[in-house]
Amino acid sequence: MSRQRQGYDDIALCAPVTIPYTRYSLRSAHWFCGRALAALLESAGLRKTDVDGYCISSFTLAPDTAVGLTQHLGVTPRWLDHIPMGGASGVVALRRAARAVQAGDAEVVACIAGDTNHVDSFRKTIASFSQFANDAVYPYGSGGPNASFAFLTDHYMREYGATREDFGKLCIAQRDNALRFPYALMKRPLTLDDYLNARPIADPLRLFDCVMPCAGAEAFLVMTQDRARKLGLPFATLSSTIERHNAFPDDPIQIRGGWAMDVDDLYGLAGIGAPEIDFVQAYDDYPVICFLQIEDLGFCGKGDASKFVREHALTVNGDFPFNTSGGQLSVGQAGAAGGFLGLIEAIRQLTDQTLGDAVENARHGLVSCFGMINYDRGLCSSAAILGRSDA
Amino acid sequence: MTTPLPPPKRKDPVKRTRQPTLPPANRSREAQGLTAMAAVGRFALQTCTACGAVQYPPRQICGQCLNDDLPWQDVSPHGLLLAETVLHHSNDLFFRDRLPWRLGVVSMNAGPSVVAHVAEDCRQGERVRLSLGLDRSGMAVMQARPETPSANEEDDGQLRETTFDPKDRRVLIVDGKTDLGLALAKAFGAAGAREIYLGHAEPWKRSPKLAAAEALPNVNLFPLDVTDTDSVQELASLLGGKTEILVNNSYYLRQGGAVDRFDLNTSRDEMDVHYHGLLRLAGTFGPAMRGRGADGAHGATAWVNVFSPYAWVNNPAFGTYSASQAAALSLAQCLRAEMTAGGVRVVNAFVGPLDDEWHQLVPPPKLEPDMVARRIVDALKDGREDVPIGAIAEEMAARLAENPKELEREIRL
Repeated sequence: MSRQRQGYDDIALCAPVTIPYTRYSLRSAHWFCGRALAALLESAGLRKTDVDGYCISSFTLAPDTAVGLTQHLGVTPRWLDHIPMGGASGVVALRRAARAVQAGDAEVVACIAGDTNHVDSFRKTIASFSQFANDAVYPYGSGGPNASFAFLTDHYMREYGATREDFGKLCIAQRDNALRFPYALMKRPLTLDDYLNARPIADPLRLFDCVMPCAGAEAFLVMTQDRARKLGLPFATLSSTIERHNAFPDDPIQIRGGWAMDVDDLYGLAGIGAPEIDFVQAYDDYPVICFLQIEDLGFCGKGDASKFVREHALTVNGDFPFNTSGGQLSVGQAGAAGGFLGLIEAIRQLTDQTLGDAVENARHGLVSCFGMINYDRGLCSSAAILGRSDA
Repeated sequence: MTTPLPPPKRKDPVKRTRQPTLPPANRSREAQGLTAMAAVGRFALQTCTACGAVQYPPRQICGQCLNDDLPWQDVSPHGLLLAETVLHHSNDLFFRDRLPWRLGVVSMNAGPSVVAHVAEDCRQGERVRLSLGLDRSGMAVMQARPETPSANEEDDGQLRETTFDPKDRRVLIVDGKTDLGLALAKAFGAAGAREIYLGHAEPWKRSPKLAAAEALPNVNLFPLDVTDTDSVQELASLLGGKTEILVNNSYYLRQGGAVDRFDLNTSRDEMDVHYHGLLRLAGTFGPAMRGRGADGAHGATAWVNVFSPYAWVNNPAFGTYSASQAAALSLAQCLRAEMTAGGVRVVNAFVGPLDDEWHQLVPPPKLEPDMVARRIVDALKDGREDVPIGAIAEEMAARLAENPKELEREIRL
């Protein structure tokens, strides 16, 4: 990279809101996005007309996009974006919105991810997910993401010696975090025995390796720190971001994500390293992808995540607080909102607005996102480092 | 070694027959190219003419150099099984009925990684051989098999969904009175067919061929005249629910065209055997077979039409015959679409001139009926659906692909 990247010094992330998750809903994605906007306005003390930019992510708005939503919700933004990146959408929306605010193209951007889940909508979503998936994956057993992550997990376990117990430790720690997070759909403690002996889904994956699709929404506001102070809103700062698509296309099977290409840039722009990170919110539709992120984001070497997980406590009060609201594995995966869950929790942690337990003295949080199994691997990766406003 | 398929049990009449369901059939236009390769038994992928990169999944633009000329070319089917899973859950009814189901990711020698159905004898981390099959929807799918063929490979339950193996199945051969009928009875017997029903018109006329066929094990004769609706209906009510492979090999061959031999009676007879005969069989046996497409590992699987390659392009020496073959081929496409709903596949074999009495005036090469019968059985075992047999048919297929006008002008005896 020849040109120096511009920082995000004046950017504020505020008003983290969640529309409570439900397993199924009769409401539409428009409802979830609309209620998220209402919650944002209420929490920030703003009127609709004060928000002049929108960044929307959803799988179930079809046939609408962000465009249709403007008329549906009666808003007239001067800046509009629609991020079709599923699990990677949170940090990507943040990047787009932050630059728009810095450039003055928008003053206040509402980043919203919301999805509904009707009884048959998950099956319909995966039955026509992408051209490559329709042609070359779905006709093979129609397992959806379970099958795709079963391949990655099977290969990872054989290549690096990870065990089911290692994945189980991560899932159990996240469940422990979730027990104190009011919106988590999974409300019972998880034991290793439960985890290891759960119903098999797609070998080696069993029930508690798989996220549960649900309905819900997550949203936050991006504005200048000046504006946030005037509004009296607590805010998190933004130190650095990265994004990458279709990284390492020549790897015959996915063993790393785009983070591995950009991790130096991530820490370089932030001016801190992995040891300074106080908590990590990683994308967790299946535990193997958490292992890849722990490695690719520099917390340990390639293939060492099992050892790392064995040696650290991943609960909110542990020495490596990880997915402190419980992550999607315990909260549920509300479609594209799954790509916002960790980011919203990070803003809460850094603005003392947690709904569950707070990480003690958290000053820097890392948020990592991953999305879109287009064919045989997830294509989109993104990450951001957030800070406490007095940090 | 693949676990041998147990022979079919006697059917419990109280038990409901499993309803046919189909695997997902939604494919892009590009991906239909793969189906065209599988239909003729080729293992081919799109290959870039500019940079040579092999592409998968199918696409319109080279993923390496952005060139848009990606013809289908035969590539090495070998690769390494990098990862596998056994599904215990599926979002699709077809697979739900058939769980557990084994899948894997194969890193091909040719370059791409492919998701494939994985046969029992394949091991993770070992080399495998890929093949293209047509699934119950008639769409191409990748299958990983052990690098060297293993014993009973064809018994693999997942593979058997994409092949039409006669083993332990009941076969109706429509016309038993010809050399080809006898040869088919022998070939299906050798392939392990459980029962062979041999149709013969005009049952009062005995022939040495029929007597020879009747002497074969598991072969039984039944009266069947494809030009007689009552006869076809009667046999369908007797055998329709038992027929798992139907081979329509009836033909009526006379020389002559439209100007040189204006003969409506002959042309009516040809149409009655080839076109209306197929129509009568389709309307009577079709519904029964389609309803049993998912009836266990030995359910109804394939409908074979034995056509002349002159169904593609008219040979004026057999002008009205060719026209009736073309009509029958068109009807077979309709039949294929209708039978697909039950997962029963229509296989069209295009057989060059046979070495029999009706082809006496046709110059060689002429085909031995035994060889033709073996090639038809092989196509069923492989799961191909468009099967040119013999040098004449193969050459015609190649010439048609290259320049149909040339073939139309030059086709002669």
